[in-house]
Amino acid sequence: MINTIWLMMIVLGVFTGIITGTSAEITRAAIESTNSAVNICFGFIGVMTMWSGLMKIADSAGLTRWLATITAPVARLLFPSVPKDHPALAAITMSIVANLLGMGNAATPLGLKAMEELASLGETGDIASDAMCTFVSISTAGITLVPTTIIAIRAQYHSHNPAEVVMPIILMNILATFVAIAADRFFRPVSKGY
Amino acid sequence: MLIKIITFASNLVIPLMIAIICIAGYIKKVNIYDTFIEGAKEGFTVAVRLIPFLVGMFVAIGIFRESGALSILTQILSPVAGQLDMPKELLPLALIRPLSGTGALEVTIDLIRKFGPDSVIGRMASTMQASSETTIYVITVYFGAVGIRKTRHSLAAGLLADLVAFLSSVAIWRIIIGLGSVNHPYF
Repeated sequence: MINTIWLMMIVLGVFTGIITGTSAEITRAAIESTNSAVNICFGFIGVMTMWSGLMKIADSAGLTRWLATITAPVARLLFPSVPKDHPALAAITMSIVANLLGMGNAATPLGLKAMEELASLGETGDIASDAMCTFVSISTAGITLVPTTIIAIRAQYHSHNPAEVVMPIILMNILATFVAIAADRFFRPVSKGY
Repeated sequence: MLIKIITFASNLVIPLMIAIICIAGYIKKVNIYDTFIEGAKEGFTVAVRLIPFLVGMFVAIGIFRESGALSILTQILSPVAGQLDMPKELLPLALIRPLSGTGALEVTIDLIRKFGPDSVIGRMASTMQASSETTIYVITVYFGAVGIRKTRHSLAAGLLADLVAFLSSVAIWRIIIGLGSVNHPYF
C-alpha cells in the first residue's frame, strides 16, 4: 500500500509539473525535502541517545518491569503476543503517556524505543509483527489531552474562547483510537506477509 | 483552569521521569552513569537508520505538494466532500493532514485566519487538526527505526482512523451548533 501511494505521489507530481510547467519547483522541492528529512533525523540523535541511556538504567533498576506489571491488564488485551513483563510494554506505556500529555518531542523517541523493544522479540525479519501494527495504529490516532498548539493558534487569532475545542478534540481522539484498534484487529488476519 | 493544571503537570513529567529513573537506579545499586552510557550508544544508530526512510517519504510528499498535484486532487474530490457533508473548504486539510504535519498546520492557520477561529469552519478545522496525527510520518518513522519495510495493514488502519476523526469532527460541531446542512448561510 505504501508502495502504491509513494509511486502515485511521485508520478502524479511529476506529470502535473510537466503539464503546468512547474518542473523547476519540483526539483527544488525534492532537494529541500531531503534536507528537512535529514534535519529531523539529526534532531533525533540527541533525544534518542538520552532516552536510550535512561531506559537502560530504568531496565537495570527494575522500573520497566514494575511499569509493565501495572499496565498488564490493558497490555494483555492489546498486545497478547508480548510476554507480560517484557520491557516493550513499559516503553509502549511511556510513549502513550507522553502523547497524552502532548509532549511531541519526547513522545516520538519513546515510541521508537518501544518499536526497538518490540523488534527485539524478533519473529518477523522485515515484516511488521502483530504487536508492532497495533502499537503503530494506536500511535497514528494521535491521542492527546492537551492540544497546546491549536489552542495557541486560536488565541493568536483572537478567539473568544481558544480552549472551547478541547472537549471535542478529546472525544474525537478517543473515537479515532478505538477505530484504529478495531481496524487493526479486523485487518490483522488479512495482511499476514504483506 | 483544567487546561492550566494539565499543562503544569505535563511540564513536570519529563524532569520527574529523569529524576525518578536515576534515583531508582542508584537505590537499586545500579552503576547508573556507566549504564546510561552503555544504553545511550544505541540512540545514534536508531536516529541514523531513519534517514533513508524519511528522505524517501519527504521527497515524494514534496514533489506531490509543490507540483500542484495536491490542489488538483482537492478540486477533483470536492464533490465527494459535499456527499460526505463536509464543507469543501476543509478538504485540503483532510488531504494533507496524514501526509505532512507542517503542511497541515499551515492549512489550518490559513483557514483560521480567513474564516476566524470562532467560525464554524475555524472550529471544525481546529478539531480536525488536533484530533489526528501525521499518519504517514508516524508509520515511516516508527517502522523505519527498526528497519521494517513491510508495514502490513497499519497504514489502512491509520488512514481509516483519520477519516473517521475528520468526518466526526465536522459532525460534532454541526450537532453542537445545531446546523443541518452544508448549505447553511453560516458557512
